[in-house]
Amino acid sequence: MFTPVANPTTKPVPAKFGEQDLIRRSASKVTPPAKRQTEVAKLIDVSKCIGCKACQVACLEWNNLTEDVGVNVGVYDNPHDLTENTWTLMRYTEYENAESGNLEWLIRKDGCMHCEDPGCLKACPAPGAIVQYSNGIVDFVHDKCIGCGYCVKGCPFNIPRISKADSKAYKCTLCVDRVAVGQGPACQKACPTQAIVFGTKDEMKQWADHRIKDLKSRGFKNAGLYDPPGVGGTHVMYVLQHADKPQIYASLPNNPTISPIVEIWKGVTKYAGLAAIGAFAAIGFIHHAVAGANRVSEEDEKNAERLTEGRQP
Amino acid sequence: MSKSEVDAGDGVHRGKPVIVDRYSLGARINHWITAISLVLLGLSGLALFTPVLYPLTGLFGGGATTRMLHPWIGVVLFLSFLGLFFRFFRLNLWERTDNVWMSRLRDVLAGDENKLPEVGKYNAGQKMVFWSMSLLILVLITSGVVIWDQYFSSYFTIEQKRIAVLIHSATAIVAICVWIVHVYAAIWVRGTIGAMTRGQVTGGWAWRHHRKWLRELVTGKN
Repeated sequence: MFTPVANPTTKPVPAKFGEQDLIRRSASKVTPPAKRQTEVAKLIDVSKCIGCKACQVACLEWNNLTEDVGVNVGVYDNPHDLTENTWTLMRYTEYENAESGNLEWLIRKDGCMHCEDPGCLKACPAPGAIVQYSNGIVDFVHDKCIGCGYCVKGCPFNIPRISKADSKAYKCTLCVDRVAVGQGPACQKACPTQAIVFGTKDEMKQWADHRIKDLKSRGFKNAGLYDPPGVGGTHVMYVLQHADKPQIYASLPNNPTISPIVEIWKGVTKYAGLAAIGAFAAIGFIHHAVAGANRVSEEDEKNAERLTEGRQP
Repeated sequence: MSKSEVDAGDGVHRGKPVIVDRYSLGARINHWITAISLVLLGLSGLALFTPVLYPLTGLFGGGATTRMLHPWIGVVLFLSFLGLFFRFFRLNLWERTDNVWMSRLRDVLAGDENKLPEVGKYNAGQKMVFWSMSLLILVLITSGVVIWDQYFSSYFTIEQKRIAVLIHSATAIVAICVWIVHVYAAIWVRGTIGAMTRGQVTGGWAWRHHRKWLRELVTGKN
């Protein structure tokens, strides 16, 4: 068993990280702190999950969220998708393993992956609306969010949701407020089987290795860790029984990267666009300086008068 | 017999100088609405396009209001431009002499208009601005609806929205460049702004830049 994060003291403690620990800030430049905090991570072991949804409930409770009463369409997924209030969602897949002939119930806890290279932050146009702390947590700052939905387009995992109530973007915060005072995320705290564990990223990788060895010894020869390099690794990782086929886990992307369209939009288009506008304006000034104003002459006016009077101009 | 180069409402008044009616009150109001909404769209759009210009959101009451207003101003521009399109498209149809004008752009830029064929109500450059703006605004309103998340988020996939936002920003850049050409030409060619404000130009202006149009106005036939 992984030693869980100890119960915290009941006395107030100062936050362990804050503004001074930002390594990225949307639509702005930050001077990265001299010393990076130890990277944290949440490890979700799909093979240990029993689908009890305690994590979903804990998330709603800690973040003071309420989900609307939904409609049952014959599946366990409830609600049907992530929403501005449901920041984490159990996704249930019935997988027929052709090799073993077994029916496997794959239950993946979906939510923000806290990418090392966050697409949402890259796409965000509002300065400081999305921040990344040096410990790896990516958080939305709602009083700066303008509700444009660019983060939705930037995210390779389809995570952020725009609230219909206040038109702001919402997603898992990795319980940034709990982590800042030395606690683990609410979902991890509530998990009864240690399918969710929390610690430093190195600890989580080691623990994952231990779990993967165990799974391999039980016949899951493709068991492995999901820490996709296409987004620089993530601060929420999965242990998968079939790490060679992440897509069978309710369409977990095989090799997620920030969409090249988003990269072009936020990269070359921005610089080439501003350069083009500047160039057109500059050409105007230069042309005017060189060619001078195109003025109507006395002769032109006279010609017009002659024309209207029926004389030969 | 070539087509008439004259719009309803165009007229010529004898005198010193000769005064020529170029745009009716309706056309001018229509153009002012288009012009103001285009400038507002440019400012609010650029604010969301690059962090350097994000402070422009202050003109609209903050980032969230800018995000909310921009698409609505877009709707105003689209409808307003539609009006201009139907007013102006007939005399902006491309003709063979426009190719000659385009091939002698050097003379145009030097202001040597005597070396060019006589021009009707619009020259080839003005026609290019007209048609490119028509096309660009059509692309902008279409791609704009796809990324208007407040009302249309559920109708399109994220991948479609990514493509739309790239097309929208690239097209907007081109539109701004065309706008710069349009405004610059109006400033460089002195005596033009009066057409936008009072609807009138002098006879000399018409003789110099749109002689074919002036001749037809005076003789009453083409």
